Amino acid sequence: MNVIKDRVEVAIIGGGISGVALAYELSKRGVEVAVFEKNFLGSGSTGRCGGGIRQQFSTEENIRLAMESVKIFERMKEELGWDIEYYQGGYLILAHTEEEVKQFEKNVRLQRSLGLDVQWLERDEINDIVPELDVEGIGAIAATYCPTDGHAYPPKAVWAYADKARELGAHIYEFTEVKGIIVENGRASGVITERGETRSRFVVNAAGAWSPIVAEMAGVKLPNKPYRHEIMITEPLSHFLDPMVISFHDNVYFRQTMRGGIIGGWGDPEEKPGFNFASSLKFITTMARLLRKYIPALKPVRVLRQWAGLYDVTPDAKPILGPVKEVEGFLQMNGYSGHGFMVAPMCAVLLAQYITGEPLSIPLEPFSVERFEKEVRGEVSVVG
Amino acid sequence: MREDQEEEIVCRCEDVSLKELLEAIDRGYTTLDQLKRYLRIGMGHCQGRTCLRLAAGVLARKLGKRVNEIEWPTVRPPILPVEISKLAEVDERDKR
Repeated sequence: MNVIKDRVEVAIIGGGISGVALAYELSKRGVEVAVFEKNFLGSGSTGRCGGGIRQQFSTEENIRLAMESVKIFERMKEELGWDIEYYQGGYLILAHTEEEVKQFEKNVRLQRSLGLDVQWLERDEINDIVPELDVEGIGAIAATYCPTDGHAYPPKAVWAYADKARELGAHIYEFTEVKGIIVENGRASGVITERGETRSRFVVNAAGAWSPIVAEMAGVKLPNKPYRHEIMITEPLSHFLDPMVISFHDNVYFRQTMRGGIIGGWGDPEEKPGFNFASSLKFITTMARLLRKYIPALKPVRVLRQWAGLYDVTPDAKPILGPVKEVEGFLQMNGYSGHGFMVAPMCAVLLAQYITGEPLSIPLEPFSVERFEKEVRGEVSVVG
Repeated sequence: MREDQEEEIVCRCEDVSLKELLEAIDRGYTTLDQLKRYLRIGMGHCQGRTCLRLAAGVLARKLGKRVNEIEWPTVRPPILPVEISKLAEVDERDKR
């Protein structure tokens, strides 16, 4: 086994979409980086996620991160040289109650003010987007639709970033677990791994649901909690479904992959925090009932697999990005709360800008962990 | 390996040839979990019953390991493909 580099500029803990995207953005800027992943790239939450890429959020911070990320996804094939199965089939978000209608009206106003092309659909217009949807059966009374939302195949996005980063000189160590963070005189100055030590000027915590454990290695407390989120996929069908369909009311989302399978998840409101990867009968039976209700034509379609991944949830469902006051040079890139895949490309740009001292495209303060010291207003548009 | 052998199909559900499998291993996808995500072997109707065993053998030979040293991906339920309508009728409290 090759020996790890003893010195780099930036040590990144975690080889999910965040870690490899940051490795690429920094390598592109001529900064030497090393990524440490305890398993294989994308084995944590990225490779388990639904692959949705949406911009329809309820807070300015999340909308801006997502809109900038979509611009990056749009040019990813050209920039990274990989077909990541990116498809802009839109997101259809269903409203079931008057209360939701009011919230969605507010969301759409905010989204439009930030330049997002989002459409308002009345009940009888929903089938224009997805004719197979049983609008009456599910009790939808309105919807919003953003045609530039979409989805991609997450493992390929990870490999695309990783391959390009390596080509530009990044060191990416899979199956290499970080056991400790070196802190000297209040400054993060490297990592201790099971294969030796690497000294660095910055240490980035991109460990997803494991981020609080990693932060603890530097004596830093994070408020993130891991929540299991289950998901399933059916056998492949001919292409019929363009958008991702979401209902916050039913806590459900589903879409069709480029291979043809329907992939979808349901968030159990009774889920307790913990590192639980078990597949449950409760999930698959509930998900089957929801799919049967949403698109009755799916009844004879067979489910191939179910699995679980972890949401890395913060109290306001917004990511934690940037420095912490306790340890200088220890940067956070975590807490995505179930929508990390879709915003990671822009978060990587911001952290690369911060590290190299470039002007920031979006200020980092709203994403600082210090915000939790005061009262926070959270993202409400989440499938939790 | 002879050229005609390389065109042999390893995964029938996802139409993956031995040649593609060997190329993927050469590109650095050296666990069954990575090969599954990269080539889709084991993601089809057979749930990996046919292809993963073949792939494990090929991988072991390439890496100079024994087949039983190759780590198996997590087995995902349902064990056989099941219709949505049937799953929807299962009572989740029925834990038999």
